[in-house]
Amino acid sequence: MSSSWPQVGAIARRSLVRTARQPASVIPPIVFPLALMTVNAAGLQSSTDLPGFPTESFLAFALAVPFIQGALFSTMNAGTDLARDVQTGFINRLALTALRDWALLSGQLAGVVALGIVQALIYLAVGLAAGVEFESGPAGVLVLLVYAAIVSLAFGALGAYLALRTGSGETIQAMFPVLFVFLFISSMNAPRDLIGVDWFRTAATLNPVSYMIECVRSLIVEGWDAQALVLGFVFVVVLGIVSIALASRALRTRMTRT
Amino acid sequence: MPFSTSIRGARVIALDGNHPGQCGSASSREVAGSVGPVERENGIEVEGLVREYRKGPRAVDGIDLSVAPGEIYGFLGPNGAGKSTTVHVLTTLLPPTAGTARVGGYDVVKEGPKVRSLIGVALQEAALDPLLTGRDHLRLQATLQGVRKDQRASRAEELLHRVGLADAADRKVSGYSGGMKRRLDLALALIHGPRILFLDEPTTGLDPQSRTALWEEVALLRREDGVTVFLTTQYLEEADVLADRVGIIDQGKLVAEGTPAALKAEIGRPSVHAIPHREEDRPRIAEFLAQFGEPLATTRDVAVRLRAGLGLTDIVRAVDANGVDVVDLELKAPSLDDVFLAKTGRTLEGATEEAEAEQQQKKRGA
Repeated sequence: MSSSWPQVGAIARRSLVRTARQPASVIPPIVFPLALMTVNAAGLQSSTDLPGFPTESFLAFALAVPFIQGALFSTMNAGTDLARDVQTGFINRLALTALRDWALLSGQLAGVVALGIVQALIYLAVGLAAGVEFESGPAGVLVLLVYAAIVSLAFGALGAYLALRTGSGETIQAMFPVLFVFLFISSMNAPRDLIGVDWFRTAATLNPVSYMIECVRSLIVEGWDAQALVLGFVFVVVLGIVSIALASRALRTRMTRT
Repeated sequence: MPFSTSIRGARVIALDGNHPGQCGSASSREVAGSVGPVERENGIEVEGLVREYRKGPRAVDGIDLSVAPGEIYGFLGPNGAGKSTTVHVLTTLLPPTAGTARVGGYDVVKEGPKVRSLIGVALQEAALDPLLTGRDHLRLQATLQGVRKDQRASRAEELLHRVGLADAADRKVSGYSGGMKRRLDLALALIHGPRILFLDEPTTGLDPQSRTALWEEVALLRREDGVTVFLTTQYLEEADVLADRVGIIDQGKLVAEGTPAALKAEIGRPSVHAIPHREEDRPRIAEFLAQFGEPLATTRDVAVRLRAGLGLTDIVRAVDANGVDVVDLELKAPSLDDVFLAKTGRTLEGATEEAEAEQQQKKRGA
């Protein structure tokens, strides 16, 4: 297995180089979530007056969203790139080398995680520059970065699975709005117990994305909330394990070789 | 200790990990100075190879073939004949439905990783990443093929020069021409110093100049490095110029095999082609030429396959003596197309057109 690490590194490097050379893949995952956060923070600041709202700064409340939204964006991009490898036959080129299946998937995901961490650092820097204070302190920032890495890994594996299963970049792009529905029907703009519409509150409660956002949010606005952290980590770890298992299986089918 | 040397013209590449069959492995180093096991194992042996797809006919239907070490074997056939499927099976990308195949002495089904370690492959589609540069590709491929870290850069540089891409090495592949992509594809296939090279229609779509350059490179590989080459093509000229032996495949079956000269000799006699001065003379000229051999089905001219012992001079004398009015009279030596025609009843071009029409019909049906 030890001789496979250079292969993992080479695949990860390729993933990063590809992304860096596609401005359309780099800029939107950073700019759009920040733009949405800015618009929401400006328009929804008065919601902080609601009794029970956990913070006086809507910006601090909304800062959690870019971490998840950015991961969704980069997932789609990484999935599309992998699907393109299937479509162009590049995956056959890889299959003809000594590359092991797990090394391909690990390298691909390592690239996604590295990008996820870079994105998270940018969101963090923007938040801190805008005056957001981290209630959980420097240790919370570290936990947040670890969480961002795991979220990228889990969503990256999901993107890889879809890419390998369908082999179509168009299908991955078509999945994009579906994933965004999960984001919008969540607690992204209000704490769940303050959502007045019953069906929306129920949907947000059933939606795992709510718990991912609340995990990040708790570190920013509440400090150390064990329940939020456990739920957030459990959901993302389960998503990660399931996605990696599915992606590994799809890769074995896609990278057929004797 | 890393090493990079030349033994009997064969480039030796040092590799990481377990690469049992490659030039850099201990086994090959041991025998590289004399004709030993590696020499014997550089070939390809195929027996009764069958590959069926779930929906459709047998793409490969019971092929037997043998490629000797250091030989260039041309696998000639029209589109859809089964050439690429055969390559996919021999390069371990597809398991065969039946039959056996050994590449470099290893079974393609049971010993896939060992086969992959000693072959270089350039598939029909030069699957390259448009966002990477030529050098990026070579470094990636070198790492994935286990070339030692301290040799990757120099090996990439050497191959970039070899295929004439040194100046374009740091340009993204999206800006490469078709010929440049093919040359990069060849360089990628050679990065780990393979003993056996599979080239699936390497010159399809290339301009004549790029095609000739690639032929020269392939010939050089065999001549200087002793690489065994399995080359598929639908170009008669390519098989004729490049291959030591040719296998002709049609509808999944190997219909003929031998050296180009032997195959043509099997067809035997040359043909004479006459273009009538006036179209209405065609039947009369056909009748006249028929006394010299058996008529051939052609559209542009009137042609016969000459009987043994006859030559162009016999025809010219007879044409003169009988006052037959022709614009042009030509003697044609048998070509591989004649071999294909004799073996399948179709010309290679016609078979390709048929296959393309069939594919389009299927697409419309779907």
